[in-house]
Amino acid sequence: MANPLKCDLCAKPATVHLTQIVNSKIHKIDLCEACAQAKGVTDPSGFSLADLLLKASLNPEPAGDVRCESCGFTAQDFKKTGRFGCPACYQHFHGLLDPLLDTMHKGSEHTGKIPLRALARKTLCERLNRLETDLNQAIKAERFEDAARFRDEINQVKSSAGPKSGASHEN
Amino acid sequence: MKINELIASPSELTDAAASKGAVVLMTRIRLARNLAAEPFPGWAKDARKREIRDRCMQAVAALPQMKRGLALPVENLDELQKQILVERHLISRELCHAKSGSGVVISKDQTCVVMVNEEDHLRIQVLRAGFQFKKVWATINQLDTDLEEHIDYAFSPKLGYLSACPTNLGTGIRASAMMHLPALVISSQMDKVVRAVNQLGMAVRGLFGEGSDASGSIFQISNQTTLGESEEGIIRHLHGVLSTIVDQELNAREKLLETDPNKLFDKIGRAFGILQNGWLLNSGEAMNLLSLIRLGVDLGIFADTQRAVVDRLFIECQPGHIQHAAQGAFEPAQRDVLRAGRLRAEFAKLAAPDFTPAPK
Repeated sequence: MANPLKCDLCAKPATVHLTQIVNSKIHKIDLCEACAQAKGVTDPSGFSLADLLLKASLNPEPAGDVRCESCGFTAQDFKKTGRFGCPACYQHFHGLLDPLLDTMHKGSEHTGKIPLRALARKTLCERLNRLETDLNQAIKAERFEDAARFRDEINQVKSSAGPKSGASHEN
Repeated sequence: MKINELIASPSELTDAAASKGAVVLMTRIRLARNLAAEPFPGWAKDARKREIRDRCMQAVAALPQMKRGLALPVENLDELQKQILVERHLISRELCHAKSGSGVVISKDQTCVVMVNEEDHLRIQVLRAGFQFKKVWATINQLDTDLEEHIDYAFSPKLGYLSACPTNLGTGIRASAMMHLPALVISSQMDKVVRAVNQLGMAVRGLFGEGSDASGSIFQISNQTTLGESEEGIIRHLHGVLSTIVDQELNAREKLLETDPNKLFDKIGRAFGILQNGWLLNSGEAMNLLSLIRLGVDLGIFADTQRAVVDRLFIECQPGHIQHAAQGAFEPAQRDVLRAGRLRAEFAKLAAPDFTPAPK
């Protein structure tokens, strides 16, 4: 037989199972009776599942210790300050953030301005880095025909980027 | 430019007095931006934060829009200087309280400001007197695009510009207008307006933002959501709501003139009397009296040219400006004397109210 569901907050057997639909997204949570009581779930005058989910993800047992790998910020820190530690936190804490965004904003996807110049610069930079790695590997492995091709490609990318960025300065 | 030169030159907001901007005193837009792969100011260690600040300030100060402007670390400003910048709506209170590693860059004409290491690495702001969303958006959009040339922003295709607080996520935009709504206040309709505006997902605050009171019947109204809608959409939406509020205010004025002109003229006439003859005025009372004079200008009771004077006094009667004018630090009670003196001098020159436009 399958294990009975455990409470998301304290790992005791869960007897209260909740499903809430917020902005057409389904959020599920399982609680033991004591936790359900403590969180006011049995109080029909409204509670926020998003809030509960937030607390559930803070619990190291089911969700694991959520910590941003880039800056060391924890879910606990977010709970305390309402702010994140660094841009990468948005990837690490997306499970915690997504239900909050639904209530916070008009939509959950960006439809506004895009930093085109910065993104183009980044793509270019990444492409050059990749080509240079390829070039070095080719030289090491003595695949000189490949190396020549990579070198030409690098020169081509650099020269095609050159005049373009020059033109944008004039604008 | 030095801080003292900047303080000595009048704020952008104290100038333009087009009658079109009668109800809307000021338009402001800010954008929240952050550097890619750097901890946000609230989480960065001091040394890192200072390094980020120097990098940002260098990039911002090099922009053509900031030519001959002011660029300073916040710790180089004294308390009074900071207060004056807050009273001119150039910097936030939060930036004043920043302990170290924050900075500010202000354009020479005081319309463009970039706060560095406030809640976000960059808070770009453009403000202008009057109802000017199109112009302000065009200016700030260009400023942001120019800055992007030199700085890699934290950006996600799905979530947009990444900000320290998820409430600013996406466009990072906060567009706001400062509105003078005396008739809605006098006729007790402001609660209704605030409720309606809140329901539309917008915020209403007092003159100095969060937590400040609405002395002078001045309110700041701004968008609250930033994700899921384009900048232009957000601005258009806000503009529509603000235009409706302007109409409501103008209707309320007409209604007051129709139903009880004596009460309205009494308020305006008394305000004039106190401003000409008062000896003790705190800033709240001064704001409320000035607000009535401004309403009088709009109704043709005082000359149109006086609107600019009142708008300037709204700012110059604030505690920081009063102390700066008197060149010293003064207790509130002493400031009330100084403020009343300043207003007496200012209003002695003003022609007496002409109530003849009154219908009855």
